[in-house]
Amino acid sequence: MDDFIAARSQMAISLGFHIIYSCIGMVMPVFMAISHYKWIKTGDPVYKNVTQAWSKGVAIFFATGAVSGTILSFELGLLWPKFMEHAGPIFGMPFSLEGVAFFIEAIALGFFLYGWKRLNKWFHWFTGILVGISGIASGILVVSANSWMNNPTGFDFINGQYVNIDPIKAMFNGSWFSEALHMTLAAFSATGFAVAGIHALMIARKQNVTFHTKAFKIAIVFGAAAAILQPFSGDISAKNAAKKQPAKLAAMESYFHTVPYSPLTIGGFPDTAAKKNNFGIEVPGLLSFLVYDNFKQPVAALDQIPKQNQPPIAVTHIAFEIMIAIGSTMMLVGILYFLAIWKKRSWLSKKWFLYLFILSTPFGFIAVEAGWTVTEVGRQPWIIQGVMRTSEAVTPMPGIAYSFYLFTAVYIILSIAVIFLLKRQIKMVPQLYDR
Amino acid sequence: MLYIVISFLFLAIVLYFLLGGADFGAGIIELFTSEKNRHRTRKTSYEAIGPIWEANHMWLIIAVVIMFVGFPVIYSTMCTYLHIPLLIMLLGITARGTAFAFRNYDAIKGEKTQNLYNKVFVYSSFITPLFLGIIAGSAISRQIDLHPVSYLDAYIFSWLNYFSVAVGLFTVALSGYLAAIYLIGEADNDHDARRFITKAKAMNMLAVAFGGLVFIASEIEHIRLAHWIFGNPVSLTAVIAASVSLLISWILINKGKRKIIRIGAGFQVTMILLAVGYMHWPYLIMTKDGQNLSLFMYQAPEKTIHVLAKGLMIGSLLILPSLFYLYYSFQKKEDTV
Ligand code: HDD
Ligand code: HEM
Ligand code: HEM
Repeated sequence: MDDFIAARSQMAISLGFHIIYSCIGMVMPVFMAISHYKWIKTGDPVYKNVTQAWSKGVAIFFATGAVSGTILSFELGLLWPKFMEHAGPIFGMPFSLEGVAFFIEAIALGFFLYGWKRLNKWFHWFTGILVGISGIASGILVVSANSWMNNPTGFDFINGQYVNIDPIKAMFNGSWFSEALHMTLAAFSATGFAVAGIHALMIARKQNVTFHTKAFKIAIVFGAAAAILQPFSGDISAKNAAKKQPAKLAAMESYFHTVPYSPLTIGGFPDTAAKKNNFGIEVPGLLSFLVYDNFKQPVAALDQIPKQNQPPIAVTHIAFEIMIAIGSTMMLVGILYFLAIWKKRSWLSKKWFLYLFILSTPFGFIAVEAGWTVTEVGRQPWIIQGVMRTSEAVTPMPGIAYSFYLFTAVYIILSIAVIFLLKRQIKMVPQLYDR
Repeated sequence: MLYIVISFLFLAIVLYFLLGGADFGAGIIELFTSEKNRHRTRKTSYEAIGPIWEANHMWLIIAVVIMFVGFPVIYSTMCTYLHIPLLIMLLGITARGTAFAFRNYDAIKGEKTQNLYNKVFVYSSFITPLFLGIIAGSAISRQIDLHPVSYLDAYIFSWLNYFSVAVGLFTVALSGYLAAIYLIGEADNDHDARRFITKAKAMNMLAVAFGGLVFIASEIEHIRLAHWIFGNPVSLTAVIAASVSLLISWILINKGKRKIIRIGAGFQVTMILLAVGYMHWPYLIMTKDGQNLSLFMYQAPEKTIHVLAKGLMIGSLLILPSLFYLYYSFQKKEDTV
């Protein structure tokens, strides 16, 4: 395996792994805080059990998230030393604030996990909330760092030199808001649907129904609400990509030839050699409308972008399609849920209704992976859009392929271990929490 | 402002060495505990480090972030030439953190699985500080070759040399020593406390021995370590202070003065770090051809340093008080033995 490809693959697998844990790390504390609050307020022991059962699962995810995050902080330098050498001082601000947020999170987590018997109950509850707040803050900050790679501002690039550096401006680059919003919603919808799905499965199996119903409710309200908002936020992201990264947008849409009434392509497989999309459905004018709010104005296609600056089209397009398909499905399921609690209470205990959620368990996380693939692969060949190429940034050390195999093995083992442990936790729910 | 950033960098390194070191040390102690006492050591260390280990490891992240924001060239040089030991250290951190969490949060405490977690935990607790030490040693060993002619020169001999390995072993012994001292105070009965005292003494002797080894290795590698350390007043004073406080600790350790010996151990290690830190100040990396990377030459642009310093100051206002409160809340009360 080529070293450059190996480095990219290693980065991709590390981030793809970490992002799952970070979503859970951002969202689960919020769920726990709500259930914890209900316990303190109502005294209903089921809520206490839900909180404790979740917190044990979360402790495992946190440890895994923390170590995979530590790997990443070094990997940026290990794999992309030239990138970090120049980008570090520019986009480092969110990373340093993120360090602070992590620290607070780790401290609060220590209090929360070990404080059941030792702390005042409201202080204990507050530490749980703090875990959630700092988790969300760190997620937003790190995404702001990523958005800078897509939309680099806060410096001037003159004769190969990075001058007039302004880290604050770099942090609040034009893309940070749309990315941070979309990512935060994604964390809530993905985690909400995954957690709700697992509890729905237990309800369908008629195990500890009260326990699982309470847990399901907390998770799905957030998941469904976020899923409904997600496409709107995605639209903001796409408009932003059209402005700042036309190549990415064109690749996402597998859109080869610039025409007025630019069509939106749904599905299909791009044929890069023939410069066309096979088996897709084209809706004329829709892309123009989505980007410019009118049906006529032409959107720039791949023919406007020099070949050496084009991202891999097939991967970007297919990943984007997956995200859209899932996003639309999740939105629908979310609407159905609210419809059910508003008008059709009887659905809530129906088998088909539960199976809808069981089926949706992995959807959010698949969409998260797909969305990041769009963002990262769609930025290629640039590591800093328009400024530095990924190939210029890679480490000179040969043999990265081996380190890629090694890390792949590590992540596979860790994933298996986490799934194994989670299964055992769920299996123990009846013994631990039935009274 | 640059000085503030540098102070935070050293603060993070020292605290990571002390807190993270004690944390790794708990695993090392477990590794060197006889089979029949292991579960007791495990219980004590779980209660002692459970709530604080994630926070302890955050100092490493802070140090790394300061490095890549504030001193990017030094960071990228380290990442390039010390790629392999950094990689092994990362694997160690990963194995250790997850094994520790898994063994405590596995809902079913089966014997086979627990044994596996324990094995992974103790061995990675040994490997990680070993490689941390190797990395630290390599940075000042003058073995990093910026104009290498072969793969081995560039990526292997930069860290695989007597000096770096000796520093690694020294780090392991110091970690074990810190942990043993810490655990003495956390033991909930006399028997355990005595076991940890024995361990502390053994680790201490080991540390002295490995310390000697570091000097011998430095002669072999033509690093004028003795000359550097004893040739400047600050390092010399620090070494003397460490030795004196070490002697006092030996006397107090049997008397069960837990607070004082804890402070003493922390002091000794800090002094050692000060001695080494000062001797090659302001260089963080010293290379074969004498092109040393100074904190004052390779810092990020003014504006970056400025915001970084502000961020760190504001951050520490939030972090330090809550961290102290965390330690305070989960400390064993002084009078329980
Ligand atoms: C639960 C997950 C999820 C769902 C349902 C969706 N997305 Fe998404 N999307 C993400 C999760 C995600 C993500 C993984 O979080 C990304 C990667 C980078 C980012 O900020 O968010 C992303 C990126 C991303 C981008 C690229 C932004 C950029 O690189 O600048 C666009 C254009 C969209 N999304 C658009 C959409 C649309 C129109 C959706 C509606 C159906 C949608 N997404 C649903
Ligand atoms: C702030 C967060 C992130 C940063 C700083 C970051 C940084 C990077 C860097 C430096 C690379 C290597 C260069 C490149 O190929 O572009 C990369 C590649 C990649 N990253 Fe990200 N990334 C972030 C978030 C993510 C997340 C969360 C994912 C999740 C799935 C992801 C997926 C990928 C993929 C798939 C690649 C490989 C691209 C390719 O091979 O074409 N990234 N990222
Ligand atoms: C879009 C991408 C990312 C998001 C949304 C994200 C978010 C998070 C969150 C919420 C956590 C805390 C939860 C947990 O520990 O499980 C976390 C942990 C961590 N992340 Fe990420 N992260 C991303 C990418 C990165 C990157 C690129 C780095 C490295 C530079 C990184 C470094 C870390 C570290 C060091 C931790 C451990 C902190 C701790 O011990 O609590 N993350 N991340």
